[in-house]
Amino acid sequence: MPIAQAAPYLVLRGISKSYPGVRALDGIDFDVRPGEVHALVGENGAGKSTLVNILSGAVAADAGSIEIDGRTVTVSSPRQSEALGIAVIHQEFNLVPQLTAAENIELGHEPLRGMVIDTRELHVRAAAALARLGVTVPLDAPVRTLSVAQQQMIEIAKALSVDARIIFMDEPSAALTGQEVDRLFAIIKTLTAHGVGVVYISHRLEEVFAIADRITVLRDGRLIATKERADMTSDEVITLMVGRALEAHFPTLPPDPPHTTPLLSVRGLTTRGRLQDVNVDVYAGEIYGIAGLVGSGRTSLLRAICGADRYDSGSVTLGGAVLHLRGPHDGIAAGLALVTEDRKSQGLILGMSIRENVTLPHLEDFATLGVIDRPKETTAVATLSAELHVRSRSIEQAVRSLSGGNQQKVVLAKWLLERATLICFDEPTRGIDVGAKAEIYDLIVSLAKGGTGIIMVSSELPEVLGMSMRIGVMHGGRIVREFARGEATPETVIRLATGAA
Amino acid sequence: MAGALPPTAQSVEAGEAAAAQAAARARRTAAIRAAALIAGLAVLLGILNALTHGDFLAPGNVVNVLRQISVNAILASGQTFVIITAGIDLSVGSLIALTGVLMAGVLGAESSIALGVILATLVGVSVGGAAGAINGLPVVRFNLPPFITTLAMMLMARGAAFLYTGGKPIEIDNPAFNYIGSGLIGVGHAFGIPGVPVPVIIMLAIVAAGHFMLTRTRFGRYVYAIGGNEEAARLSGVNVFAVKLSVYIISGALAGIASLLLAGRLNSGIPQSGQGYELQSIAAVVVGGTSLAGGRGSLVGTFVGALLIGMLYNLMNLLNVQSYAQDVVLGAVILAAVLLDELRRRYFTSG
Repeated sequence: MPIAQAAPYLVLRGISKSYPGVRALDGIDFDVRPGEVHALVGENGAGKSTLVNILSGAVAADAGSIEIDGRTVTVSSPRQSEALGIAVIHQEFNLVPQLTAAENIELGHEPLRGMVIDTRELHVRAAAALARLGVTVPLDAPVRTLSVAQQQMIEIAKALSVDARIIFMDEPSAALTGQEVDRLFAIIKTLTAHGVGVVYISHRLEEVFAIADRITVLRDGRLIATKERADMTSDEVITLMVGRALEAHFPTLPPDPPHTTPLLSVRGLTTRGRLQDVNVDVYAGEIYGIAGLVGSGRTSLLRAICGADRYDSGSVTLGGAVLHLRGPHDGIAAGLALVTEDRKSQGLILGMSIRENVTLPHLEDFATLGVIDRPKETTAVATLSAELHVRSRSIEQAVRSLSGGNQQKVVLAKWLLERATLICFDEPTRGIDVGAKAEIYDLIVSLAKGGTGIIMVSSELPEVLGMSMRIGVMHGGRIVREFARGEATPETVIRLATGAA
Repeated sequence: MAGALPPTAQSVEAGEAAAAQAAARARRTAAIRAAALIAGLAVLLGILNALTHGDFLAPGNVVNVLRQISVNAILASGQTFVIITAGIDLSVGSLIALTGVLMAGVLGAESSIALGVILATLVGVSVGGAAGAINGLPVVRFNLPPFITTLAMMLMARGAAFLYTGGKPIEIDNPAFNYIGSGLIGVGHAFGIPGVPVPVIIMLAIVAAGHFMLTRTRFGRYVYAIGGNEEAARLSGVNVFAVKLSVYIISGALAGIASLLLAGRLNSGIPQSGQGYELQSIAAVVVGGTSLAGGRGSLVGTFVGALLIGMLYNLMNLLNVQSYAQDVVLGAVILAAVLLDELRRRYFTSG
């Protein structure tokens, strides 16, 4: 491969960065060659984001040097980073929703004619940037009307319009469908053919092995290995990432509980436009998996059961009593817990401490006449936080500064502080690392063994198949089919979920 | 859990020792920082005191400043609750006028001194609280911006105050009521002052009670939680409707109490009173370090903010700064204070 001989465009030597209490990066050596795809992998908190932030000029390194084309440079602002040919495409895009695609691509370097923007030239340039990617996106459409995949292409085109030589892509496939990922890979190939170096940051190892030329593994802020893809296997990378071998992905499930009296019984649940006559029973000690695409009604079902949303008709019975929930508060009082899909916008109050987040649903039990018993609160949260292996300096640390996996553990702690009889998990392992995933699977199984009823919604098919005793497949607001243990196959589930059956 | 092994005794001890050390270190740094701050402040106050030939820190003047800030500090206390939920209350200045003239009306109609005070206080607090409820209901029920609902109330309450009095002040002739606004509680001429003004005592009691509510009670925790992330708070079972409505009611009711102090001091209910007070109260809150974005702040901070603003005005008066220039200085100080606070926050919480 010619890539192997090419001199690297970007070289990092001994980069270190510490935050109070955490050594985020410890002497990292890293380089990117023109025309290569260099994958950067590691668990949450391994230091990937810090590395990207240093190169994008958002934070300064404490030690080490950065070289571009053999010259030592300083990157102290995003503008400088851009001038050096470095572009970063974050998970959350930096686009202005109201502006058009073309305006976004040329944002910040609009061609001028005198004092006014030269609209024609702007369109020509934007179109050229998109043409280099081999894609077509409506240039006059406001960005908010475009799909996530199209928005991502605009981000990439934006990077090209400023002549980026290295593009960092942080979890670029997180919000894409399978086809769109193929499309993204085609674009990456076009980029590398033009000599652009791509740093691909992802949790999805299949993708990493499909696209990367080299792979670098970070763990706890240290460089563990940089190797050619051909010299590594997926198992090896996982072992390097977590620092231990993970034999089985999923824990062994306990036997099905007796199907006598259901713990939860949902009958004819209907919400106009979202749920259509949903019927489901869940038994104490059972893990009931729900598969389905986004918009199939899976989240609406969990929210309706737990009192977060009203429903138009139907009934929910828990432990023999029909529930009439007027809000989440009633659901919690009845023994229901909803672990929401998006921990940052729905699960946590980021500015508050671990302690304050965990006790929030249960403050009634930590207060006399409205006054909070602080020592009791501290003891309870500290104990639970240790049991769940939440990695933090103390329970007073703001959850904003925790890694994704640890944030998710805080969300779980919220709902485990007092034993719920039924817990609804919506995407319990989204965006967290392999090690934390395994811990969460073990936790779900141990809850089921203790007699808690579990409903688990997941987009990851292996997760649903590996973790559920029974599986309901949702499509168009209905449970279209229910599988007993061992009956479901990936093919049938996908067919039902996509409505192809 | 995955690593289901219980932590070993040694590892726990080592962890606890490290944590204890870190905590001790943090306490030491905090103590040093606090000592440096107090020393710096003492020097600054000493210099300012010298500039005013000792008038600034004279006990009589200090008490005077506290009395002057009492109305604003009480308004700002209510404002703090609202702002921590990411709201705003623009109506408090006008509510001072409305509750003031209504109280004066009640006092005029009731001949019994004691009953008059009780009735007037009830009217002031409940009209203020009711206005707060009217501010809050559209916010919690229809998600209207509080800026709009309280702006509307600001206009309505001011207009109603003028309508009620026909534009003229209503005199108050009730010694007990006036005592609340301008009386002193004797301290036997200790500290070289004749007594502590009643408004100062009421202000300190409100600040203390409010601080306790915010920091120690469930209600206070919910106020912060809603300001931090309303949806997460709702899904955690917090009664967002009740808590948010309550902060507007608290703010309105405290405006009624502030009005009582002001009307008692002026011996009259004046429809023009309280103009611009809503902005003064917001200034005290932000100078005190509370974020307008919600979820962060403290009532002690607000009290310090009100105190700083009051001291600044007082100092400028002692130094004979003319009144137009005073507002220029005050504006600049507010900007500088909030900017400094932001820089400090960035410096200490990187990562």
